[in-house]
Amino acid sequence: MIRVENLVKRFGSVTAVDHISFAVERGEIFAFLGPNGAGKTTTIKMLTTLLQPDGGTLEVGGLDPRKRAHQVRQLFGIVFQDPSLDGELTAAENMELHGIFFHVPRKLRIARTEELLKLFDLWDKRGQQVKFFSGGMKRRLEIARALLHTPKILFLDEPTLGLDPQTRNQMWTQVRAMNQSEQVTVFLTTHYMDEAERTAQRLAIIDHGKIIAQGSPQQLKEQTGTASLEEAFLALTGSQIRDETAGSAEQLRQFAKMWNKR
Amino acid sequence: MSAVYILWLRELRRYVRSRAQIVASLGQPMLYLVALGFGLGPVFQKAGRGSYLQFVAPGVIAMTMLFSSVLSGMGLLWDRQFGFLKETLVAPVPRVQIMLGRMLGSATVAVIQGLLVVVVCFIAGFRLHSLAIAPLALVFMGLIAFLFSALGTAIGSVLEDIQGFQLVMNFLVLPIFFLSGALFPLDNLPVVLAAVTRVDPLSYGVDGLRTILIGVSHFGAALDAVVLAVLGVLLLGIGSYLFSKIQV
Repeated sequence: MIRVENLVKRFGSVTAVDHISFAVERGEIFAFLGPNGAGKTTTIKMLTTLLQPDGGTLEVGGLDPRKRAHQVRQLFGIVFQDPSLDGELTAAENMELHGIFFHVPRKLRIARTEELLKLFDLWDKRGQQVKFFSGGMKRRLEIARALLHTPKILFLDEPTLGLDPQTRNQMWTQVRAMNQSEQVTVFLTTHYMDEAERTAQRLAIIDHGKIIAQGSPQQLKEQTGTASLEEAFLALTGSQIRDETAGSAEQLRQFAKMWNKR
Repeated sequence: MSAVYILWLRELRRYVRSRAQIVASLGQPMLYLVALGFGLGPVFQKAGRGSYLQFVAPGVIAMTMLFSSVLSGMGLLWDRQFGFLKETLVAPVPRVQIMLGRMLGSATVAVIQGLLVVVVCFIAGFRLHSLAIAPLALVFMGLIAFLFSALGTAIGSVLEDIQGFQLVMNFLVLPIFFLSGALFPLDNLPVVLAAVTRVDPLSYGVDGLRTILIGVSHFGAALDAVVLAVLGVLLLGIGSYLFSKIQV
């Protein structure tokens, strides 16, 4: 479903993604793990047509995202690391917008919106403005929205960040259910190793822009001689802390908080 | 084209829901109308130019639309920071359509704001010069809204944070307003100021509105309309180009 070979992305003198190669099979749940700033989000952006790679080949659903961006976009759904809902609109209106963007026929859009909002326990709240939603509700709505156009691949970039264990647990149950019922391939990143261990069939660990290990959670544990994926992860990436500088987005978000509650 | 429609609808929905903002945005025009209209009225009258309230009302209408359309065009900046822009950029829809939908939405909102200020003007005592040609004012309002929404979108495409926003307000939007003849007559000006007012696009918008609403013209309505339309299309082109270059 996804095939990446020798993919490279540079920002100035920094090589964010350094000749990585991996493949994700149809119907698989694949976890892409790594410390902050390792290159996870950059890779997702290249796979989802938002960034142009500087080298290497990539294929999403058999197509090159560089050459056939629109067809590729129709194939996947994505939940970004940062929220991407319109808070002024209601849940149903956010779904409507997405459905129209992705050319879902009206009848199907309405039926599938109901089905997905029910699955993600948001049907009763469909008429409420999203800005009044809790973090967990927003995330569930984003996943429901990403699935609206029946994508073949679902990208989840740290979807459970900041959520309580109950919500996380339920969210993964729902994602696994969709993976089973619609054979949607899931490509996820997370910092919660327990989640990755339970949810993903295969995973890759990226650090400093390079893939340093690939395989099933079991294989990685055996390879490093550790008992849990978290230990395996630390054994592979070291225990040094990576600090990311706060971008302008974060600054503006704090600024906005002073003015209104978004 | 349904993407254009739904993005247009989104702007309207957001506008209708921000009631506090609608009321707040009427405060400034009211202040201009009351403080300047009545405050400078006697001086203007003594200079033999008639009622200042009549004179300044079209300027205040144009000002409202300038602020409204540039601001909502730059709403792109907020969408970028709060992520919604990404949702539109991964959609299998040509970027021109996304930009067009947003822009038409911004322009429509600006026209509605302008019409609200027209009502405020009437309440303050403004009277039309001719009822028969008054609907033509809508054409000029549309042109003003179109031009400045395109400008706002173009700026919003290149700006990355809120500091730049202040810069644009103080060094672009406010000068466009103050140097447009919205507040003063354009004749008998010092040479430099006269030249500046002639390159300010809003001058033509204000002049067009004034021609229709109070029957006083400086450039002539035909020239006003042509300048606004040509500049509007030009900015739309620039805006689409810049919008197509956005990376998130």
